[in-house]
Amino acid sequence: MIWLTWRQLRVQTLVAAGALAVLAVMFAATGPQLAHLYDTTVATCGAHHDCQTAVSAFMSQDSFLQKLTNFVMQVIPALIGAFWGAPLIAHELEAGTHRLAWTQSVTRSQWLAVKLGLAALASMAAAGLLSLMVTWWSSPLDRVGPGLLDPGVFGERDIAPIGYAAFAFALGVTAGLLIRRTVPAMAVTIAGYAGVQVAFSLGLRAHLIAPIRAVSSLSLGRATSMAITTPGDHLSLGVTPSLPGAWIYSSQVTTASGSTNLGTAPQSCLPGSSTIHACNAAIGRMHLRQVVIYQPASRYWAFQWYETAIYIALALALAGLCFLWARHRLS
Amino acid sequence: MTGAVVLTARGLGKQYHRRWALTDFTLDIPAGQVVGLVGPNGAGKTTLLHLATGLLQPTTGTIEVLGGRPGASRAQLARVGFVAQDTPTYSGLTVADHLRLGAHLNPGWDAGMARDRIERLDLDPGQRAGKLSGGQRAQLALTLAVAKKPELLILDEPVASLDPLARREFLRGLMEAVAEQGISVVMSSHLVADLERVCDYLIVLVGSRVQVAGEVEQLLATHHLLTGPRRDTAGLPAGQEVISASHTDRQTTLTVRSGTAILDPVWTVSPVGLEDLVLAYMSRIPDTRRKPALEVQR
Repeated sequence: MIWLTWRQLRVQTLVAAGALAVLAVMFAATGPQLAHLYDTTVATCGAHHDCQTAVSAFMSQDSFLQKLTNFVMQVIPALIGAFWGAPLIAHELEAGTHRLAWTQSVTRSQWLAVKLGLAALASMAAAGLLSLMVTWWSSPLDRVGPGLLDPGVFGERDIAPIGYAAFAFALGVTAGLLIRRTVPAMAVTIAGYAGVQVAFSLGLRAHLIAPIRAVSSLSLGRATSMAITTPGDHLSLGVTPSLPGAWIYSSQVTTASGSTNLGTAPQSCLPGSSTIHACNAAIGRMHLRQVVIYQPASRYWAFQWYETAIYIALALALAGLCFLWARHRLS
Repeated sequence: MTGAVVLTARGLGKQYHRRWALTDFTLDIPAGQVVGLVGPNGAGKTTLLHLATGLLQPTTGTIEVLGGRPGASRAQLARVGFVAQDTPTYSGLTVADHLRLGAHLNPGWDAGMARDRIERLDLDPGQRAGKLSGGQRAQLALTLAVAKKPELLILDEPVASLDPLARREFLRGLMEAVAEQGISVVMSSHLVADLERVCDYLIVLVGSRVQVAGEVEQLLATHHLLTGPRRDTAGLPAGQEVISASHTDRQTTLTVRSGTAILDPVWTVSPVGLEDLVLAYMSRIPDTRRKPALEVQR
């Protein structure tokens, strides 16, 4: 059975290995240079007092490869689901070859276990290898970027892609088994996977761990925006908290009593009057507070494990459904 | 009959969604024979054979093949060879790959026999199965089924999509394998001509009921074609069962089953061909409480 599974998946496996090898060469060719650049520009920028220029110059390095890895990491699980998962059984059902396979001297469960197990391992290994390369290559960039918990980065590093690949693959197999036709199963797999991904990154992930709610007195040095709206000279302040690598859900400025309505702006802040210092001092006398709800950078690995475990649990549930279905509902 | 059976069905039924493909089906198939299962499309032939290979599970009743529950274990699977309808093979795999597949998946695989058959059939081992002709593909599927050394070989309309020459080649290949190994065979077809050449036992299945079952020789010996002046069939002596009747203005033609010779001088008695016999049973009203054939036929 192992031989047959390998023989049937040989082409896809070799294509995937080839694609991984090409990416590996690209990463190997540019990665050390990227790390060297980081060490010589960004790491030492403090001495030249010009970190902003150094960081933005560094961030635009290898921008093509950055975009490519971004894209590849987003589509790889869907492709695994559509091209490894969906045809795995749907193709047999379409061609009628399952009747050939199931009347050899192997039980249906054995047949499914070997096929599903080997192809799932191959999917997870491919995604894991890719993620390993991407994580290594982008590590200098990630040090100056928005942090690993950023929704645009989180799912493209470390172990989460392994969970995605396992889930997308299992979704593909299940869709193929239930729909019994390869092409519609591929479409359903891609749509279903994209839906779950969107649900996760837009909503579910934020609720995996209760966020921290930090209240501190407002320090105006970090205030990045101030707006005074007319009529009423209403004051509003926007502050970027200084929490490197944190995933910030919300950041608000409130009054001492906790109201988000800051009231009217002090006289010294109105246009055409006084100086910035006088305005700052006046706002300081209001005793405003800054309320930040966030996940600290230190929770990155907890989130990675949670997310990977949930996706793998979903994959296992789908695999269980496949076994039940294959045993009782297929002929 | 020797008494040994390869297949026993008791009150067997299979329901797909709302439709019953087989209901209250009871049958014994004797061992050591080449059994033909014939019936119109939709009679339940494929369902019965899929139940016998374990591809399907019965909704009601029981089925035993070679004394075991079909598909229940590897050992049971190894005892039954199956060639499915349209003889599916892996189109991307070569002929040699299929033999390797058979060797990997069957403990009793006879590699020498498989290779011999492929050689005799003049199949190129490096050829992909998808590039084979229908006849060659059927032969490959048959090779896989016989080289696993089954005790019972089940074939579901194996020649339905083949041209007459490929049909004959396939049946010859089947008979060679049967003669070499002495295995029991159950083979379905909706064409009697295919079965006539190879079968020594025949089962006619219509509307999920067995209309008649028996050894071909005996069936031919006990069925007669009667031709005579037009008359009602009610007056036939006991022991003579009318299977079918057709009437013209002046003449009546009957297919009659009778254990004894027909002596009535009114009739011209001639032997029935297997095809006519089967057709007579197939055109019978599947209701067991049939009215006299004459009324029905009018």
